[in-house]
Amino acid sequence: MRLNLTVNGEQRETDGVWEGESLLYVLRERLGLPGSKNACEQGECGSCSVYLDGILVCSCLVLAGQAEGSEVVTVEAVSGDSGLHPVQEAFVEAGAVQCGFCTPGFVVATHDLLRRNPEPSEAEVREALAGNLCRCTGYEKILDAVRRAAARGEDAPR
Amino acid sequence: MSQTTPTTPTRVGPGPTTWTPGKVGESDRRPDGVPKVTGEFEYSSDMRLDGMLWGATLRSPHPHAEIRQIDTSEAEDLPGVYAVLTHEDVPGRKVYGMEIPDQPVLAWEKVRYQGEPVAIVAADHPETARRALEKVHVEYGVLDPITDAEKAVQEDAPKLHLSGNVLRRIRILHGEGVGAAAKADVVVRGEYEVGMQDQAFLGPESGLAVPDGLGGVDLYISTQWLHIDQDQVAESLGMDPDQVRLTLSGVGGAFGGREDLSMQIHACMLALETERPVKMAYNREESFFGHVHRHPAKLRYEHGATRDGNLVYVKARLVFDGGAYASSSNAVCLNAATFACGPYEVPNAEIESHMLYTNNPPCGAMRGFGAVQACFAHEAQMDKLADELGLDPLDLRIKNALKPGDRFPFGQEVPPPAPVREILERVKVMPLPEEQEVMGRDLRGLPGGVSNVTHGEGVKRGVGYAVGFKNIGFSAGFDDYSTARVRLTVEDGEPLVEVHTAAAEVGQGLLMLQAQIARTELGVEKVSILPADTRVGSAGSTSASRQSYVTGAAVKLACEGVRERLFERAREELGEPPDGLSVEAGNVVRDGRTVVPLAELLDGDELEETCEYHHRETHPLDENGQGDVHLQYAFAAHRAVVEVDVELGLVRVVEIATAQDVGKIINPQALEGQIEGGIAQGLGLALMEEIQVKEGKVLNASFTDYLIPTILDMPTVKMEVLELADPEAPYGLKGVGEPPTIASTPAIVAALRDATGLELTRIPVRPEQLAGVSDGPPLPDEPTPGGAGYAEVGRLDGRRET
Ligand code: FES
Ligand code: FES
Repeated sequence: MRLNLTVNGEQRETDGVWEGESLLYVLRERLGLPGSKNACEQGECGSCSVYLDGILVCSCLVLAGQAEGSEVVTVEAVSGDSGLHPVQEAFVEAGAVQCGFCTPGFVVATHDLLRRNPEPSEAEVREALAGNLCRCTGYEKILDAVRRAAARGEDAPR
Repeated sequence: MSQTTPTTPTRVGPGPTTWTPGKVGESDRRPDGVPKVTGEFEYSSDMRLDGMLWGATLRSPHPHAEIRQIDTSEAEDLPGVYAVLTHEDVPGRKVYGMEIPDQPVLAWEKVRYQGEPVAIVAADHPETARRALEKVHVEYGVLDPITDAEKAVQEDAPKLHLSGNVLRRIRILHGEGVGAAAKADVVVRGEYEVGMQDQAFLGPESGLAVPDGLGGVDLYISTQWLHIDQDQVAESLGMDPDQVRLTLSGVGGAFGGREDLSMQIHACMLALETERPVKMAYNREESFFGHVHRHPAKLRYEHGATRDGNLVYVKARLVFDGGAYASSSNAVCLNAATFACGPYEVPNAEIESHMLYTNNPPCGAMRGFGAVQACFAHEAQMDKLADELGLDPLDLRIKNALKPGDRFPFGQEVPPPAPVREILERVKVMPLPEEQEVMGRDLRGLPGGVSNVTHGEGVKRGVGYAVGFKNIGFSAGFDDYSTARVRLTVEDGEPLVEVHTAAAEVGQGLLMLQAQIARTELGVEKVSILPADTRVGSAGSTSASRQSYVTGAAVKLACEGVRERLFERAREELGEPPDGLSVEAGNVVRDGRTVVPLAELLDGDELEETCEYHHRETHPLDENGQGDVHLQYAFAAHRAVVEVDVELGLVRVVEIATAQDVGKIINPQALEGQIEGGIAQGLGLALMEEIQVKEGKVLNASFTDYLIPTILDMPTVKMEVLELADPEAPYGLKGVGEPPTIASTPAIVAALRDATGLELTRIPVRPEQLAGVSDGPPLPDEPTPGGAGYAEVGRLDGRRET
């Protein structure tokens, strides 16, 4: 099938999509956007987090066809021309990145959290990120990164 | 070899990473951090090339069966399918393995575990490949699986391998052994069990094989040890190692699970057959079948002590289920035996460690490597003993703590530093988290959280302690070494050091460490780390917490070689007296005064050194289990504070406090990351992580059913780090990756015992154990004493406390 969607502000079209493909597969394999990761493809790990029409979703759980005509924003668009987004900056600084396979998902989920709640309490951060698995860090530095990003509130997430 | 144009596209990799690192001892912004937060970093599963095909693997649905016939014709006829290969197509050695080559590349005659690869296909779409697998017809003659390690040794058990079912047996006899029992005033006994844990690295196995058009192949792969992969792949392809070139691609975590081969040979076979690049990428379910796991174990212990709390003897019998193939089980068996008594001074001991083949999933390396299972048991025993003696469990440990100069039960003298007492005293005095009223607390601070299962009723607090240790580096006579090539050049008028090793960065921060060493030793600002590949000599494995030590030492050695040549030049060309020169901020200096800038001294030349660092020789154990078997020992102590909802068996870990002996901190932030991440995996084993295997079949090969800790499960970690230099190691450092995973598990279980008063002899501890409820109908056959089988593991009704 043919698929039309807006990805990171750009109109994209792709042909020959098999009906069973997920949005994640299309992004990674057809649109050249492998930033969203595929650690479980079952909605358990959050490594594939993207915005679908402004809502945070696991792109592995979205059928490609469901995204027809939608607007998708991926981790690749979180940083702008001016460089890293404060959330990304904070992840690097805090040491919240080890193998980094979970990182794109955490970046998008944190971006979403701070957009909705610029000053989350620790309990709120934990709740918001409970759907993202990390096997390397033990999460302590991820919490630290979120705190740092929130503290830079003036650079409100885009 | 003549140069012809390759028939397939060549891959352009990410190239060297250049930045200004910190010096040894400083935190550094990791150079791969930026590409990892932007999504640009290329993992092995992200690679693609034009014309690339997708590989897929047909796996046995049976844990034990004869293969009568394989018919691939229907699969071959499917449009979009380019190759279907079986064991008949393996060009070289049909088996592989790191220690014992006993594992078929593709099964023939028999399959010995569920998930064993039987056939592979290459197709133009992953879905086509998957459908082709369905059209490969394999006729199996199903056999009864051996699913219990204890039964595998019985006379009438079918032999799974020509050598029988015993993979390894180790016996350690120390002092008078159990002959000393008469001297003990108090004896405690216990039987413990450890479930099968998974590494659960987030980036599943994947790689890309590219034929070079000349009969050879390039493999881009996430692995822990490029050269051992290269050797095994070349052997099975029937090629010279230099026809099989490996380059490390982005690795999404490892933890031991990438030490064995997964899709390496398969992808190369398919690429060579189709003359196209072939990518293989497992999904999560396949990943559970695609790598080895932590060995499940049954551990029977007896500890004897004097009335005043001095250990007299330890008797231990450890039985490990190695699963269908050897992997690194040999070494795990050895490790467990040598760590069986814990970091205590034990004058007499008798230890048996058994490793058996079964038809369960193969087990091998995972962070902690045999020390984890033993630590759970010896620490439970220490608590039991303290209880029996009426002593404080921490004081009992401190009283018996090993110190330098003592002898381990396997005869080796304890090398300095061995600050067991010190780390225990540190966790003892670390302030406990304030005890908050449970009633009326925010739900999110209670066991079960927003599931709203308690408002504080039935919630009890407990505190537990444990200490453990781990050998760093490869042991028992293995020639463990690493190779580093270091080149000093000038780029844009500025000196630049290039470091090339084959050491696998798997997330731990090894790029930074190598660069920090180069910057420190050569006094330059800019360092470039070349991609790890097989164009340089082996770096050994990224495991056994050894890379900082061994590759760190190799890089340091090569830098020193380059520096020596610089100084020679300064002497020759500038007539500088030989002593007292150093390098700093891009200059050769003496007494803080610049002698000459490096760029000027080099004058367009490059200085290059390639060095191998071999660590001190170790030795295998003799027939009594005695020998100088390990290189270095690293110790960590943990204190856990938990809250348990005793009615529902739900747990909230409130805090983990730890003290660890690291020799020298190379990078504070990376060190903290290792400690916190290691503790999270220890917490997982204590509370939730288990591959459930029933009749040889895995019941929970997904992240829906195999649970790893989330951010809600992980508490705050308080840590204290001891820097007592090891005189033999570079900068005095000790490996840090594994110790955090070892004693954190028993500390949590000890805290659970403290909260509930239950014995808790099996990990992971299940809610039904904590709530003390029966969890199902009785087992159909009563397990025989000491023989409760792994067959029952995974059944809800098999997990009851015995
Ligand atoms: S890959 Fe989508 S949630 Fe794990
Ligand atoms: S950094 Fe490796 S999974 Fe999070």
